[in-house]
Amino acid sequence: DVVVSGGGMVGSAMAAVLGHDIHFHDKKIALLEAGPRKEYDHMPDSYSNRVSSISPGSATLLSSCGAWDHVCSLRLKPFRRMQVWDACSEAMIVFEKDDLDDMGYIVENDVIMSALTKQLDAVADRVEVFYSSKAVGYTWPLPSHGCDTSPWVQVELADGRRLQTKLLIGADGHNSMVRKEAEIKNIEHQYDQSAVVATLHLSEATDNNVAWQRFLPTGPIALLPLSDTASSLVWSTSHDHASELLTMDEESFVDSINSAFWSNINHSDFIDTAGAMFRSAISLLKPSGTAVRQLPPSVAKVDAESRAMFPLGLGHATEYVQHRVALIGDAAHRVHPLAGQGVNLGFGDIACLAHHLSAAAFNGSDLGSLKHLLKFETERQRHNVSLIAATDVLKRLYSTTLAPLVLLRTWGLQATNALPPVKVRI
Amino acid sequence: QLSLFRFTVKRPFSTSHSSVDSKEMKKFQLLAHKWWDEEGEYAALHSMNDIRVPFIRDTLLSMSSNYHLGNPLSGIKILDVGCGGGLLSEPLGRLGASVTGIDPVEDNIRTADRHKSFDPVLAKRIQYKSSSLEEIVEESMETFDVIVASEVVEHVADLETFIKCCSQVLKPEGSLFITTINKTQLSYVLGIVVAEKIMGIVPEGTHEWEKFVPPEELERLLESNGFSVKSMKGMLYNPLSGSWSWVESTSLNYAVHAVKAGAPAQSHATDTLPETDVQQRSATAGTA
Repeated sequence: DVVVSGGGMVGSAMAAVLGHDIHFHDKKIALLEAGPRKEYDHMPDSYSNRVSSISPGSATLLSSCGAWDHVCSLRLKPFRRMQVWDACSEAMIVFEKDDLDDMGYIVENDVIMSALTKQLDAVADRVEVFYSSKAVGYTWPLPSHGCDTSPWVQVELADGRRLQTKLLIGADGHNSMVRKEAEIKNIEHQYDQSAVVATLHLSEATDNNVAWQRFLPTGPIALLPLSDTASSLVWSTSHDHASELLTMDEESFVDSINSAFWSNINHSDFIDTAGAMFRSAISLLKPSGTAVRQLPPSVAKVDAESRAMFPLGLGHATEYVQHRVALIGDAAHRVHPLAGQGVNLGFGDIACLAHHLSAAAFNGSDLGSLKHLLKFETERQRHNVSLIAATDVLKRLYSTTLAPLVLLRTWGLQATNALPPVKVRI
Repeated sequence: QLSLFRFTVKRPFSTSHSSVDSKEMKKFQLLAHKWWDEEGEYAALHSMNDIRVPFIRDTLLSMSSNYHLGNPLSGIKILDVGCGGGLLSEPLGRLGASVTGIDPVEDNIRTADRHKSFDPVLAKRIQYKSSSLEEIVEESMETFDVIVASEVVEHVADLETFIKCCSQVLKPEGSLFITTINKTQLSYVLGIVVAEKIMGIVPEGTHEWEKFVPPEELERLLESNGFSVKSMKGMLYNPLSGSWSWVESTSLNYAVHAVKAGAPAQSHATDTLPETDVQQRSATAGTA
């Protein structure tokens, strides 16, 4: 009934959510994963360097298919606060929930995969996972309704096996083959940046429930809490600088990180004065003022072998759906990690698509029908486009040291920090 | 004079197509291959599934206590009269029902058969037959749990015969679902002039206002032929959004759910019981 192409976090979650849906009880779902089945039974003591910031909404989705419980029993780090500030000025914005709820969770991607694999095993009678199976070709149904060829999508695997399905869901990443073969145009742009990731050990144990991000002219550097003593690094910077960071010795690497968070080298008197003026102006209008500035932790050590880099880019498919095809996750949209939203957008796609497919199944509809697929596309494009555009604008705005733009973003950030309604929306 | 009388009496078991109108058949023949184009001539019927399938499904679920939400109509035998290309049979089949679809136009059945053949699950759950309702009555007495006659009764030649046949093939306490069009000034203006001639929502000439059925008339015919009308709801098509919705007024399109009376054998038993009781008592009295 459904084939999901791509067994990453988003593809696996899509298959798991459908597999646990009551209206899909008698349906057959296939998940195609090009890689071999990984054993996640024993999580290594050291943290993996690929982590994701999981929003409460995504946690709810993972809960709905029973995976969140597994994540909690493995390991995750909730954070209560996000402090974001500029390297070129004192401007800062703090996100914090008034109640004692968590703002989000930092979870290793392997932990999420382990949880999802368990939940897929639990519905093995409905969901068949094809490991080491790469799709090599697709045959699309012809638009004409009177012909004698099958109106379903034919998927040809590398080993020669063929599957036919009413709905093909492409969750195969930003270089999606499903999207390319379906001839869906993709708007893409390679950023001249790469992200460096690593697992870091802090100088001293702390509550570590704050996510830190500082916008340097070369790109944002973020410290995401993993435990009381460890944090994950995501440093987006130029390709050259990224390669440098990877090759330098561990001590120099740690120094670079600390300097990036603490140094005020990029401040200019002009900007500092302008910023201070604006801050006093705000405190006149809003005596409660802005939140207290906390100091980020300093880093002592980096896990050997945990340094890695990958290139960054922007991507957005012009269409998310076609007759019998739907794109979710990075196959549909690719964003800069500065907002920590990449995988959350994918999970949001899943929640929306699963909702529409569940209703369609309960109505006896043909699952590949454009009628409900278009509803999914409209809802998600409306939500995703503004966030992707905003992320791109932020990335560009913060990539410069030009005074007028720094002033603009300084005042903008300070103003936003003082306006609760805007912050809540963000 | 006797022979004259014979010709005018309508015989429910006649093998002639007494409820099928041959003019109507010709109209649908021409469009037989257009059924499955969701944006084509039959687009409004495709989108009608969005309200008629949940209506049938939820009504049947509310009358049953033993069902699974993954296969809600499992075990239910449905007859789809005037199934056309199978637009309604397929969703019902997907929900688990065993569906028999009949239609007098052979090309429709051919289209329906071919369309379901690509789906291994539906190919087994649905059976199509080119036939009128009367033709299957003899071999299908009290066979079906549910009969669905959607957008059909406004095309039949003799509605009372049609309803009588429905009653014969339906099991006692079985459900009959009908959707059709009311005979009002509004339905002439919107249903024929606008829908057919102006906006082309329905292929021109599909409907004849004379044959539209007012709900009161339908209710009367149902109640006088062993059915109890359980619900009647108005339906409205929005041509801008291409979607249907439920409305209070039945002055345009409407849907009916009726239930066939329970097994007559039961009432017989209660009638005779007092009699045998009396006889026994007098017998025992005699012997005592």
